[in-house]
Amino acid sequence: MAMASFPAILRSEWTKIRTVRSTVWTLLLSFLVTAALGALLSLLTKNNFADFRRGALTPFDATATSFAGIMLGEIAMVVFGVLAIGNEYSSGMIRVSLAAVPQRGTLLTGKLVVIGVLALAVSLVTAFVTFFLGQALLGVHRTTLGAPNVLRAVLGAAVYLTLLCLFSAGVTAMLHNQTLALGVLVPFFFLLSPILSAVPRVKTVAHYFPDYAGRQMLTVFQEPSAPYGWLAGFFLCGAWTLAAMTGGAAVFKSRDA
Amino acid sequence: MIELHGLTKRYGDKLAVDSLSFQVPKGVVTGFLGPNGAGKSTTMRLILDLDRPTSGSVTIDAKGYGVLKEPLKYIGALLEASASHPGRTARNHLLWLAQSNRIPLHRVDEVLALVGLTEVADKKARGFSLGMHQRLGIASALLGDPEILMFDEPVNGLDPEGILWIRTLMKQLAAEGRTVFVSSHLMSEMALTAEHLVVIGKGRLLADLPMAEFIARNSRSSVRLRTPHPEQLLDALAAESIPVEPGPQGSFEVAGGDPARLGELAAARGITLHELSPQHASLEEAFMRMTADAVEYHAGPEGAAGQAEEHGTAAAPGGWGTDWRRTRKGAN
Repeated sequence: MAMASFPAILRSEWTKIRTVRSTVWTLLLSFLVTAALGALLSLLTKNNFADFRRGALTPFDATATSFAGIMLGEIAMVVFGVLAIGNEYSSGMIRVSLAAVPQRGTLLTGKLVVIGVLALAVSLVTAFVTFFLGQALLGVHRTTLGAPNVLRAVLGAAVYLTLLCLFSAGVTAMLHNQTLALGVLVPFFFLLSPILSAVPRVKTVAHYFPDYAGRQMLTVFQEPSAPYGWLAGFFLCGAWTLAAMTGGAAVFKSRDA
Repeated sequence: MIELHGLTKRYGDKLAVDSLSFQVPKGVVTGFLGPNGAGKSTTMRLILDLDRPTSGSVTIDAKGYGVLKEPLKYIGALLEASASHPGRTARNHLLWLAQSNRIPLHRVDEVLALVGLTEVADKKARGFSLGMHQRLGIASALLGDPEILMFDEPVNGLDPEGILWIRTLMKQLAAEGRTVFVSSHLMSEMALTAEHLVVIGKGRLLADLPMAEFIARNSRSSVRLRTPHPEQLLDALAAESIPVEPGPQGSFEVAGGDPARLGELAAARGITLHELSPQHASLEEAFMRMTADAVEYHAGPEGAAGQAEEHGTAAAPGGWGTDWRRTRKGAN
Protein backbone atom coordinates (compact mmCIF):
# COMPACT_ATOMS: atom_id res chain seq x y z
CA MET A 1 0.00 0.00 0.00
CA ALA A 2 1.22 3.43 -0.88
CA MET A 3 2.01 5.46 2.19
CA ALA A 4 2.32 9.12 2.79
CA SER A 5 5.83 10.20 3.68
CA PHE A 6 6.21 10.02 7.46
CA PRO A 7 8.81 12.82 7.74
CA ALA A 8 6.43 15.03 5.73
CA ILE A 9 3.64 14.25 8.21
CA LEU A 10 5.93 15.05 11.14
CA ARG A 11 6.93 18.37 9.57
CA SER A 12 3.29 19.21 8.92
CA GLU A 13 2.18 18.28 12.44
CA TRP A 14 5.00 20.35 13.91
CA THR A 15 3.80 23.34 11.91
CA LYS A 16 0.27 22.78 13.18
CA ILE A 17 1.41 22.82 16.81
CA ARG A 18 3.79 25.75 16.67
CA THR A 19 1.40 28.02 14.72
CA VAL A 20 -1.39 28.07 17.30
CA ARG A 21 -0.41 30.30 20.17
CA SER A 22 -2.85 28.98 22.77
CA THR A 23 -1.36 25.50 22.47
CA VAL A 24 2.19 26.75 22.93
CA TRP A 25 1.15 28.82 25.96
CA THR A 26 -0.04 25.76 27.83
CA LEU A 27 3.49 24.34 27.61
CA LEU A 28 5.00 27.57 28.88
CA LEU A 29 2.43 27.64 31.67
CA SER A 30 3.31 24.09 32.68
CA PHE A 31 6.96 25.09 32.98
CA LEU A 32 6.27 28.30 34.90
CA VAL A 33 3.80 26.79 37.36
CA THR A 34 5.93 23.73 38.12
CA ALA A 35 9.12 25.75 38.62
CA ALA A 36 7.60 28.70 40.51
CA LEU A 37 5.45 26.62 42.85
CA GLY A 38 8.35 24.24 43.50
CA ALA A 39 10.59 27.19 44.31
CA LEU A 40 8.03 28.67 46.66
CA LEU A 41 7.51 25.40 48.54
CA SER A 42 11.26 24.78 48.72
CA LEU A 43 11.73 28.19 50.30
CA LEU A 44 8.89 27.60 52.74
CA THR A 45 10.34 24.22 53.67
CA LYS A 46 13.78 25.70 54.33
CA ASN A 47 12.34 28.44 56.53
CA ASN A 48 10.08 26.09 58.49
CA PHE A 49 12.15 22.95 58.27
CA ALA A 50 11.75 21.82 61.89
CA ASP A 51 7.95 22.30 61.83
CA PHE A 52 7.52 20.54 58.51
CA ARG A 53 9.63 17.57 59.50
CA ARG A 54 8.17 16.96 62.97
CA GLY A 55 7.18 13.30 63.26
CA ALA A 56 8.37 12.40 59.75
CA LEU A 57 9.07 8.70 59.26
CA THR A 58 11.07 8.86 56.04
CA PRO A 59 14.27 10.75 55.33
CA PHE A 60 13.75 14.27 53.93
CA ASP A 61 13.23 14.09 50.14
CA ALA A 62 14.72 17.30 48.82
CA THR A 63 14.02 16.25 45.21
CA ALA A 64 10.32 15.59 45.77
CA THR A 65 10.04 18.88 47.68
CA SER A 66 11.32 20.85 44.70
CA PHE A 67 8.76 19.07 42.51
CA ALA A 68 5.79 19.90 44.75
CA GLY A 69 4.47 22.27 42.08
CA ILE A 70 4.02 19.48 39.57
CA MET A 71 0.53 18.82 40.95
CA LEU A 72 -0.57 22.03 39.22
CA GLY A 73 1.94 22.12 36.40
CA GLU A 74 0.69 18.76 35.16
CA ILE A 75 -2.78 20.22 34.60
CA ALA A 76 -1.34 22.60 32.00
CA MET A 77 0.42 19.63 30.39
CA VAL A 78 -2.87 17.71 30.30
CA VAL A 79 -4.53 20.71 28.64
CA PHE A 80 -1.74 20.80 26.08
CA GLY A 81 -2.32 17.13 25.24
CA VAL A 82 -6.05 17.75 24.84
CA LEU A 83 -5.68 20.90 22.73
CA ALA A 84 -3.06 19.40 20.43
CA ILE A 85 -5.51 16.69 19.36
CA GLY A 86 -8.84 18.30 20.18
CA ASN A 87 -8.58 21.60 18.32
CA GLU A 88 -8.89 19.72 15.04
CA TYR A 89 -12.30 18.48 16.12
CA SER A 90 -13.51 21.82 17.45
CA SER A 91 -12.55 23.64 14.24
CA GLY A 92 -13.70 20.97 11.76
CA MET A 93 -10.13 20.89 10.49
CA ILE A 94 -9.96 17.15 11.06
CA ARG A 95 -11.63 16.61 7.67
CA VAL A 96 -8.98 18.70 5.94
CA SER A 97 -6.26 16.76 7.76
CA LEU A 98 -7.73 13.40 6.81
CA ALA A 99 -8.26 14.47 3.21
CA ALA A 100 -4.56 15.38 3.12
CA VAL A 101 -3.42 12.22 4.91
CA PRO A 102 -6.05 9.48 4.55
CA GLN A 103 -3.79 6.90 6.25
CA ARG A 104 -5.33 7.53 9.64
CA GLY A 105 -3.03 5.36 11.72
CA THR A 106 0.00 7.09 10.23
CA LEU A 107 -1.51 10.52 10.78
CA LEU A 108 -2.31 9.86 14.45
CA THR A 109 1.12 8.31 15.01
CA GLY A 110 2.72 11.42 13.51
CA LYS A 111 0.64 13.64 15.76
CA LEU A 112 1.52 11.67 18.89
CA VAL A 113 5.22 11.59 18.03
CA VAL A 114 5.31 15.38 17.61
CA ILE A 115 3.22 15.96 20.75
CA GLY A 116 5.35 13.49 22.73
CA VAL A 117 8.71 14.86 21.60
CA LEU A 118 7.67 18.44 22.26
CA ALA A 119 6.20 17.56 25.65
CA LEU A 120 9.36 15.62 26.56
CA ALA A 121 11.63 18.50 25.54
CA VAL A 122 9.65 21.01 27.58
CA SER A 123 9.33 18.58 30.49
CA LEU A 124 13.10 17.94 30.58
CA VAL A 125 13.78 21.67 30.79
CA THR A 126 11.04 22.01 33.39
CA ALA A 127 12.40 19.13 35.45
CA PHE A 128 16.01 20.29 35.57
CA VAL A 129 15.23 23.98 36.08
CA THR A 130 12.72 23.11 38.80
CA PHE A 131 15.20 20.80 40.49
CA PHE A 132 18.14 23.22 40.52
CA LEU A 133 15.96 26.16 41.51
CA GLY A 134 14.39 24.19 44.34
CA GLN A 135 17.75 22.90 45.60
CA ALA A 136 19.23 26.38 45.56
CA LEU A 137 16.38 27.60 47.75
CA LEU A 138 16.51 24.62 50.11
CA GLY A 139 19.91 25.78 51.31
CA VAL A 140 21.56 23.31 53.64
CA HIS A 141 18.83 20.74 53.10
CA ARG A 142 19.55 20.42 49.41
CA THR A 143 20.59 17.34 47.53
CA THR A 144 22.61 16.90 44.34
CA LEU A 145 22.12 15.09 41.06
CA GLY A 146 24.92 12.75 42.07
CA ALA A 147 23.11 11.47 45.16
CA PRO A 148 21.51 8.02 44.85
CA ASN A 149 18.26 7.98 42.83
CA VAL A 150 18.14 11.76 42.39
CA LEU A 151 18.94 11.88 38.67
CA ARG A 152 16.40 9.10 38.13
CA ALA A 153 13.77 11.15 40.00
CA VAL A 154 14.48 14.29 37.96
CA LEU A 155 14.26 12.35 34.70
CA GLY A 156 11.20 10.64 36.17
CA ALA A 157 9.49 14.02 36.57
CA ALA A 158 10.03 14.73 32.86
CA VAL A 159 8.79 11.28 31.84
CA TYR A 160 5.79 11.66 34.15
CA LEU A 161 4.67 14.93 32.53
CA THR A 162 5.20 13.50 29.05
CA LEU A 163 3.19 10.35 29.74
CA LEU A 164 0.36 12.36 31.26
CA CYS A 165 0.29 14.56 28.17
CA LEU A 166 0.17 11.55 25.82
CA PHE A 167 -2.47 9.89 27.99
CA SER A 168 -4.63 13.01 27.63
CA ALA A 169 -4.01 13.13 23.88
CA GLY A 170 -5.10 9.50 23.58
CA VAL A 171 -8.25 10.06 25.63
CA THR A 172 -9.09 13.10 23.46
CA ALA A 173 -8.78 10.99 20.31
CA MET A 174 -11.11 8.46 21.92
CA LEU A 175 -13.69 11.12 22.82
CA HIS A 176 -13.11 13.06 19.55
CA ASN A 177 -14.33 16.19 21.27
CA GLN A 178 -12.12 18.85 22.81
CA THR A 179 -14.60 20.30 25.28
CA LEU A 180 -15.64 16.89 26.51
CA ALA A 181 -12.01 15.81 26.91
CA LEU A 182 -11.16 18.94 28.94
CA GLY A 183 -14.30 18.45 31.01
CA VAL A 184 -13.34 14.89 31.85
CA LEU A 185 -9.57 15.10 32.26
CA VAL A 186 -9.02 18.38 34.09
CA PRO A 187 -11.45 17.67 36.96
CA PHE A 188 -10.12 14.13 37.13
CA PHE A 189 -6.48 15.12 37.57
CA PHE A 190 -7.14 18.33 39.47
CA LEU A 191 -9.76 17.13 41.95
CA LEU A 192 -10.97 13.59 41.70
CA SER A 193 -7.70 11.68 41.76
CA PRO A 194 -6.05 13.73 44.58
CA ILE A 195 -9.20 13.53 46.70
CA LEU A 196 -9.79 9.83 46.13
CA SER A 197 -6.18 8.96 46.90
CA ALA A 198 -6.65 10.52 50.35
CA VAL A 199 -9.90 8.72 51.20
CA PRO A 200 -9.44 5.53 53.21
CA ARG A 201 -10.18 2.32 51.30
CA VAL A 202 -11.00 4.17 48.06
CA LYS A 203 -7.38 5.14 47.94
CA THR A 204 -6.26 1.59 47.31
CA VAL A 205 -8.03 1.97 43.93
CA ALA A 206 -6.85 5.55 43.42
CA HIS A 207 -3.30 4.34 43.91
CA TYR A 208 -3.54 2.67 40.52
CA PHE A 209 -4.60 5.82 38.65
CA PRO A 210 -2.08 7.07 36.08
CA ASP A 211 -1.13 10.23 37.96
CA TYR A 212 -0.53 8.57 41.33
CA ALA A 213 1.41 5.76 39.67
CA GLY A 214 3.50 8.14 37.58
CA ARG A 215 4.34 10.37 40.51
CA GLN A 216 6.17 7.49 42.19
CA MET A 217 8.85 8.05 39.53
CA LEU A 218 9.90 11.35 41.07
CA THR A 219 10.31 10.25 44.67
CA VAL A 220 13.78 9.45 45.90
CA PHE A 221 12.54 7.78 49.09
CA GLN A 222 9.46 5.66 48.69
CA GLU A 223 6.61 6.76 50.97
CA PRO A 224 5.55 4.10 53.49
CA SER A 225 1.94 4.34 52.24
CA ALA A 226 2.89 3.71 48.61
CA PRO A 227 2.00 0.16 47.55
CA TYR A 228 4.78 -0.06 44.97
CA GLY A 229 8.06 1.58 43.92
CA TRP A 230 9.07 3.96 41.13
CA LEU A 231 9.68 1.30 38.47
CA ALA A 232 6.24 -0.25 38.94
CA GLY A 233 4.85 3.29 38.88
CA PHE A 234 6.55 3.90 35.55
CA PHE A 235 5.15 0.72 34.01
CA LEU A 236 1.68 1.36 35.37
CA CYS A 237 1.58 4.96 34.11
CA GLY A 238 3.06 3.80 30.81
CA ALA A 239 0.41 1.10 30.48
CA TRP A 240 -2.36 3.66 31.03
CA THR A 241 -0.81 5.88 28.38
CA LEU A 242 -0.41 3.04 25.91
CA ALA A 243 -4.01 1.97 26.49
CA ALA A 244 -5.31 5.52 25.95
CA MET A 245 -3.31 5.92 22.74
CA THR A 246 -4.38 2.50 21.43
CA GLY A 247 -8.00 3.25 22.23
CA GLY A 248 -7.67 6.64 20.59
CA ALA A 249 -6.18 5.06 17.47
CA ALA A 250 -8.97 2.48 17.29
CA VAL A 251 -11.65 5.18 17.44
CA PHE A 252 -9.72 7.48 15.09
CA LYS A 253 -9.39 4.75 12.47
CA SER A 254 -12.94 3.50 12.53
CA ARG A 255 -15.02 6.58 13.02
CA ASP A 256 -16.65 8.76 10.35
CA ALA A 257 -14.93 12.13 10.42
CA MET B 1 -12.05 10.05 -13.08
CA ILE B 2 -14.25 9.59 -10.02
CA GLU B 3 -16.41 6.45 -10.15
CA LEU B 4 -19.11 5.48 -7.68
CA HIS B 5 -20.22 1.87 -7.56
CA GLY B 6 -23.44 1.20 -5.67
CA LEU B 7 -22.40 3.63 -2.97
CA THR B 8 -24.63 3.39 0.09
CA LYS B 9 -24.41 5.14 3.46
CA ARG B 10 -26.75 4.57 6.34
CA TYR B 11 -26.76 6.62 9.56
CA GLY B 12 -28.78 4.64 12.05
CA ASP B 13 -32.02 3.94 10.23
CA LYS B 14 -31.68 6.87 7.85
CA LEU B 15 -30.46 6.06 4.37
CA ALA B 16 -28.43 9.12 3.38
CA VAL B 17 -26.98 7.72 0.16
CA ASP B 18 -28.80 4.92 -1.60
CA SER B 19 -26.82 2.74 -4.05
CA LEU B 20 -25.43 5.61 -6.09
CA SER B 21 -23.55 4.69 -9.23
CA PHE B 22 -22.21 7.28 -11.63
CA GLN B 23 -19.00 8.60 -13.11
CA VAL B 24 -17.69 12.13 -13.01
CA PRO B 25 -16.39 12.74 -16.54
CA LYS B 26 -12.87 14.06 -17.04
CA GLY B 27 -12.08 17.61 -18.04
CA VAL B 28 -15.49 19.23 -17.60
CA VAL B 29 -17.54 20.87 -14.87
CA THR B 30 -20.07 18.38 -13.51
CA GLY B 31 -22.90 19.82 -11.49
CA PHE B 32 -24.04 17.68 -8.58
CA LEU B 33 -27.57 18.74 -7.87
CA GLY B 34 -30.12 17.93 -5.26
CA PRO B 35 -32.28 19.68 -2.69
CA ASN B 36 -30.77 20.35 0.73
CA GLY B 37 -30.30 17.07 2.51
CA ALA B 38 -30.35 14.97 -0.66
CA GLY B 39 -27.03 13.40 0.29
CA LYS B 40 -24.61 15.56 -1.71
CA SER B 41 -22.25 16.38 1.16
CA THR B 42 -22.35 12.80 2.41
CA THR B 43 -21.44 11.56 -1.06
CA MET B 44 -18.50 13.95 -1.15
CA ARG B 45 -17.31 12.83 2.29
CA LEU B 46 -17.55 9.24 1.10
CA ILE B 47 -15.47 10.07 -1.98
CA LEU B 48 -12.75 11.46 0.31
CA ASP B 49 -12.96 8.42 2.61
CA LEU B 50 -13.90 10.67 5.53
CA ASP B 51 -17.03 8.63 6.09
CA ARG B 52 -17.00 4.89 5.47
CA PRO B 53 -19.64 3.53 3.08
CA THR B 54 -22.17 1.03 4.41
CA SER B 55 -21.73 -0.75 1.09
CA GLY B 56 -20.41 0.00 -2.38
CA SER B 57 -17.22 1.86 -3.19
CA VAL B 58 -15.64 4.92 -4.75
CA THR B 59 -12.53 4.99 -6.90
CA ILE B 60 -10.43 7.86 -8.11
CA ASP B 61 -8.49 6.90 -11.23
CA ALA B 62 -9.30 3.28 -10.29
CA LYS B 63 -7.83 3.64 -6.78
CA GLY B 64 -9.51 4.08 -3.42
CA TYR B 65 -8.88 7.45 -1.76
CA GLY B 66 -7.36 5.73 1.27
CA VAL B 67 -4.42 4.37 -0.72
CA LEU B 68 -3.59 7.61 -2.53
CA LYS B 69 -0.12 8.77 -1.65
CA GLU B 70 -0.15 12.55 -1.28
CA PRO B 71 -3.80 12.84 -2.39
CA LEU B 72 -3.81 16.63 -2.58
CA LYS B 73 -1.88 16.27 -5.83
CA TYR B 74 -4.75 14.24 -7.33
CA ILE B 75 -7.85 15.79 -5.90
CA GLY B 76 -8.51 19.03 -4.07
CA ALA B 77 -11.69 19.50 -2.13
CA LEU B 78 -13.63 22.32 -0.52
CA LEU B 79 -16.06 20.73 1.90
CA GLU B 80 -17.03 23.43 4.34
CA ALA B 81 -16.02 27.02 4.60
CA SER B 82 -14.41 27.40 8.01
CA ALA B 83 -12.35 24.23 8.33
CA SER B 84 -9.27 26.04 9.55
CA HIS B 85 -8.16 26.69 13.13
CA PRO B 86 -9.35 30.17 14.14
CA GLY B 87 -6.01 30.93 15.79
CA ARG B 88 -3.89 30.08 12.77
CA THR B 89 -3.03 32.41 9.90
CA ALA B 90 -4.10 31.68 6.34
CA ARG B 91 -0.47 31.22 5.29
CA ASN B 92 0.28 28.76 8.09
CA HIS B 93 -2.88 26.81 7.31
CA LEU B 94 -1.68 26.34 3.74
CA LEU B 95 1.87 25.70 4.96
CA TRP B 96 1.01 22.60 7.02
CA LEU B 97 -1.17 21.33 4.20
CA ALA B 98 1.65 21.77 1.70
CA GLN B 99 4.15 20.07 4.00
CA SER B 100 1.90 17.07 4.58
CA ASN B 101 1.83 16.28 0.85
CA ARG B 102 5.34 17.51 -0.01
CA ILE B 103 3.96 20.27 -2.20
CA PRO B 104 6.59 22.92 -3.08
CA LEU B 105 6.19 25.77 -0.60
CA HIS B 106 6.10 28.46 -3.29
CA ARG B 107 2.63 27.13 -4.10
CA VAL B 108 1.40 28.66 -0.82
CA ASP B 109 2.00 32.21 -2.03
CA GLU B 110 0.76 31.31 -5.52
CA VAL B 111 -2.64 30.06 -4.36
CA LEU B 112 -2.97 32.93 -1.87
CA ALA B 113 -2.54 35.33 -4.79
CA LEU B 114 -4.87 33.28 -6.98
CA VAL B 115 -7.76 33.55 -4.51
CA GLY B 116 -6.96 37.13 -3.58
CA LEU B 117 -5.92 36.56 0.03
CA THR B 118 -2.33 37.81 -0.20
CA GLU B 119 -3.07 40.89 1.87
CA VAL B 120 -4.58 38.94 4.76
CA ALA B 121 -2.19 35.97 4.50
CA ASP B 122 -0.75 36.65 7.94
CA LYS B 123 -4.06 37.38 9.63
CA LYS B 124 -5.69 34.76 11.81
CA ALA B 125 -8.66 32.94 10.32
CA ARG B 126 -10.75 34.03 13.33
CA GLY B 127 -11.35 37.42 11.74
CA PHE B 128 -12.26 36.11 8.30
CA SER B 129 -15.63 36.69 6.67
CA LEU B 130 -17.52 33.76 5.16
CA GLY B 131 -16.26 34.79 1.74
CA MET B 132 -12.64 34.82 2.94
CA HIS B 133 -13.07 31.40 4.55
CA GLN B 134 -14.47 30.16 1.27
CA ARG B 135 -11.48 31.56 -0.60
CA LEU B 136 -9.07 29.96 1.87
CA GLY B 137 -10.85 26.65 1.38
CA ILE B 138 -10.51 27.00 -2.38
CA ALA B 139 -6.84 27.91 -1.98
CA SER B 140 -6.40 24.66 0.00
CA ALA B 141 -8.09 22.71 -2.77
CA LEU B 142 -5.88 24.25 -5.46
CA LEU B 143 -2.65 23.92 -3.44
CA GLY B 144 -1.51 20.59 -4.90
CA ASP B 145 -2.35 21.64 -8.47
CA PRO B 146 -4.73 18.64 -8.70
CA GLU B 147 -6.40 17.19 -11.78
CA ILE B 148 -9.70 16.83 -9.96
CA LEU B 149 -11.45 19.48 -7.91
CA MET B 150 -14.46 19.00 -5.74
CA PHE B 151 -16.47 21.88 -4.29
CA ASP B 152 -19.41 21.47 -1.93
CA GLU B 153 -21.87 24.37 -2.34
CA PRO B 154 -19.09 26.87 -3.04
CA VAL B 155 -21.40 29.84 -3.62
CA ASN B 156 -23.33 29.42 -0.38
CA GLY B 157 -23.40 32.64 1.56
CA LEU B 158 -21.29 34.56 -0.95
CA ASP B 159 -22.04 38.03 -2.23
CA PRO B 160 -22.71 38.52 -5.98
CA GLU B 161 -19.08 39.41 -6.61
CA GLY B 162 -17.90 36.24 -4.89
CA ILE B 163 -20.41 34.13 -6.81
CA LEU B 164 -19.20 35.54 -10.11
CA TRP B 165 -15.60 34.89 -9.08
CA ILE B 166 -16.32 31.22 -8.30
CA ARG B 167 -18.24 30.75 -11.55
CA THR B 168 -15.35 32.16 -13.54
CA LEU B 169 -12.84 30.10 -11.59
CA MET B 170 -14.68 26.83 -12.21
CA LYS B 171 -14.93 27.49 -15.93
CA GLN B 172 -11.26 28.41 -16.03
CA LEU B 173 -10.28 25.22 -14.19
CA ALA B 174 -12.27 23.10 -16.64
CA ALA B 175 -10.75 25.03 -19.54
CA GLU B 176 -7.34 23.97 -18.20
CA GLY B 177 -8.51 20.38 -18.66
CA ARG B 178 -9.32 19.69 -15.01
CA THR B 179 -12.26 17.71 -13.73
CA VAL B 180 -14.54 19.86 -11.60
CA PHE B 181 -17.25 18.27 -9.48
CA VAL B 182 -19.39 20.88 -7.81
CA SER B 183 -22.51 20.48 -5.72
CA SER B 184 -25.36 22.93 -5.54
CA HIS B 185 -29.03 23.06 -4.70
CA LEU B 186 -29.61 25.74 -7.34
CA MET B 187 -30.29 24.62 -10.90
CA SER B 188 -29.89 28.18 -12.20
CA GLU B 189 -26.34 28.27 -10.82
CA MET B 190 -25.43 24.97 -12.47
CA ALA B 191 -26.99 25.90 -15.81
CA LEU B 192 -24.38 28.66 -16.03
CA THR B 193 -21.31 26.60 -15.25
CA ALA B 194 -21.82 22.86 -15.65
CA GLU B 195 -21.47 20.81 -18.79
CA HIS B 196 -22.62 17.61 -17.19
CA LEU B 197 -25.30 17.08 -14.63
CA VAL B 198 -25.86 14.52 -11.89
CA VAL B 199 -29.09 14.94 -9.93
CA ILE B 200 -29.88 13.12 -6.70
CA GLY B 201 -32.85 13.20 -4.38
CA LYS B 202 -33.11 11.38 -1.07
CA GLY B 203 -29.77 9.77 -1.75
CA ARG B 204 -30.86 8.24 -5.05
CA LEU B 205 -29.67 8.97 -8.54
CA LEU B 206 -32.37 10.81 -10.49
CA ALA B 207 -30.48 11.93 -13.58
CA ASP B 208 -27.01 11.65 -15.09
CA LEU B 209 -26.80 13.44 -18.42
CA PRO B 210 -25.08 16.24 -20.33
CA MET B 211 -26.39 19.68 -19.41
CA ALA B 212 -27.23 20.43 -23.07
CA GLU B 213 -29.51 17.42 -23.13
CA PHE B 214 -31.21 18.44 -19.91
CA ILE B 215 -31.81 21.93 -21.27
CA ALA B 216 -33.09 20.64 -24.62
CA ARG B 217 -35.42 18.29 -22.84
CA ASN B 218 -36.73 20.74 -20.31
CA SER B 219 -36.60 24.27 -21.64
CA ARG B 220 -39.12 24.00 -24.50
CA SER B 221 -40.58 27.40 -25.20
CA SER B 222 -44.10 28.12 -26.42
CA VAL B 223 -46.31 31.05 -27.31
CA ARG B 224 -49.51 31.67 -25.41
CA LEU B 225 -52.45 33.18 -27.27
CA ARG B 226 -55.72 34.50 -25.87
CA THR B 227 -58.60 35.75 -27.92
CA PRO B 228 -62.34 36.51 -27.61
CA HIS B 229 -62.80 34.63 -30.93
CA PRO B 230 -61.33 31.18 -30.37
CA GLU B 231 -63.00 29.53 -33.37
CA GLN B 232 -61.50 32.01 -35.82
CA LEU B 233 -58.10 31.61 -34.26
CA LEU B 234 -58.21 27.81 -34.37
CA ASP B 235 -59.31 27.94 -38.02
CA ALA B 236 -56.45 30.27 -38.87
CA LEU B 237 -53.91 28.03 -37.14
CA ALA B 238 -55.36 24.91 -38.75
CA ALA B 239 -55.14 26.56 -42.17
CA GLU B 240 -51.42 27.06 -41.62
CA SER B 241 -51.20 23.58 -40.05
CA ILE B 242 -49.75 24.93 -36.81
CA PRO B 243 -50.42 22.49 -33.96
CA VAL B 244 -52.04 24.06 -30.93
CA GLU B 245 -52.82 22.93 -27.42
CA PRO B 246 -55.26 24.35 -24.91
CA GLY B 247 -53.54 26.48 -22.29
CA PRO B 248 -54.69 27.72 -18.89
CA GLN B 249 -57.84 29.87 -18.54
CA GLY B 250 -59.14 29.43 -22.08
CA SER B 251 -55.85 30.34 -23.72
CA PHE B 252 -54.03 28.40 -26.41
CA GLU B 253 -50.39 27.42 -26.59
CA VAL B 254 -48.27 26.87 -29.64
CA ALA B 255 -45.17 24.88 -28.81
CA GLY B 256 -42.00 26.26 -30.34
CA GLY B 257 -44.04 29.02 -32.04
CA ASP B 258 -42.68 32.33 -33.30
CA PRO B 259 -44.61 35.22 -31.69
CA ALA B 260 -44.01 37.54 -34.67
CA ARG B 261 -45.42 35.07 -37.17
CA LEU B 262 -48.44 34.27 -35.01
CA GLY B 263 -49.17 37.96 -34.47
CA GLU B 264 -49.01 38.67 -38.21
CA LEU B 265 -51.27 35.69 -38.90
CA ALA B 266 -53.91 36.99 -36.48
CA ALA B 267 -53.66 40.53 -37.89
CA ALA B 268 -54.04 39.28 -41.48
CA ARG B 269 -57.34 37.65 -40.53
CA GLY B 270 -58.48 40.51 -38.33
CA ILE B 271 -58.57 38.39 -35.18
CA THR B 272 -58.41 40.35 -31.94
CA LEU B 273 -55.74 39.05 -29.56
CA HIS B 274 -55.81 39.72 -25.81
CA GLU B 275 -52.54 37.98 -25.20
CA LEU B 276 -49.55 37.04 -27.29
CA SER B 277 -46.73 36.01 -24.95
CA PRO B 278 -43.65 33.80 -25.25
CA GLN B 279 -43.46 31.20 -22.45
CA HIS B 280 -40.23 29.61 -21.16
CA ALA B 281 -40.24 26.64 -18.84
CA SER B 282 -37.44 27.37 -16.38
CA LEU B 283 -34.74 24.83 -15.62
CA GLU B 284 -35.40 25.41 -11.95
CA GLU B 285 -38.97 24.19 -12.44
CA ALA B 286 -37.78 21.16 -14.36
CA PHE B 287 -35.32 20.37 -11.55
CA MET B 288 -37.99 20.78 -8.90
CA ARG B 289 -40.38 18.55 -10.80
CA MET B 290 -37.67 15.93 -11.02
CA THR B 291 -36.85 16.00 -7.31
CA ALA B 292 -40.48 16.32 -6.25
CA ASP B 293 -41.10 12.94 -7.91
CA ALA B 294 -38.38 11.51 -5.71
CA VAL B 295 -40.14 12.92 -2.67
CA GLU B 296 -43.40 11.35 -3.74
CA TYR B 297 -41.77 8.06 -4.52
CA HIS B 298 -40.23 7.82 -1.07
CA ALA B 299 -42.92 9.42 1.02
CA GLY B 300 -45.42 6.85 -0.21
CA PRO B 301 -49.06 7.17 0.79
CA GLU B 302 -48.62 9.86 3.44
CA GLY B 303 -49.95 12.43 1.00
CA ALA B 304 -47.84 15.51 1.66
CA ALA B 305 -45.69 14.86 -1.35
CA GLY B 306 -48.67 14.54 -3.71
CA GLN B 307 -49.30 18.23 -3.31
CA ALA B 308 -45.68 19.00 -3.93
CA GLU B 309 -45.96 17.58 -7.41
CA GLU B 310 -48.92 19.79 -8.26
CA HIS B 311 -47.62 23.04 -6.89
CA GLY B 312 -43.89 22.77 -7.34
CA THR B 313 -41.77 21.77 -4.38
CA ALA B 314 -41.46 24.96 -2.42
CA ALA B 315 -42.60 23.35 0.80
CA ALA B 316 -41.56 19.75 0.46
CA PRO B 317 -37.76 19.73 0.04
CA GLY B 318 -37.20 21.82 3.16
CA GLY B 319 -38.98 19.14 5.14
CA TRP B 320 -37.43 15.98 3.94
CA GLY B 321 -33.74 15.42 4.21
CA THR B 322 -33.39 17.80 7.11
CA ASP B 323 -34.28 14.85 9.27
CA TRP B 324 -31.20 12.75 8.86
CA ARG B 325 -29.00 15.80 9.13
CA ARG B 326 -30.47 16.48 12.49
CA THR B 327 -29.80 12.95 13.67
CA ARG B 328 -26.28 13.20 12.40
CA LYS B 329 -25.65 16.42 14.25
CA GLY B 330 -27.03 14.73 17.32
CA ALA B 331 -24.54 11.92 16.88
CA ASN B 332 -21.68 14.38 16.86
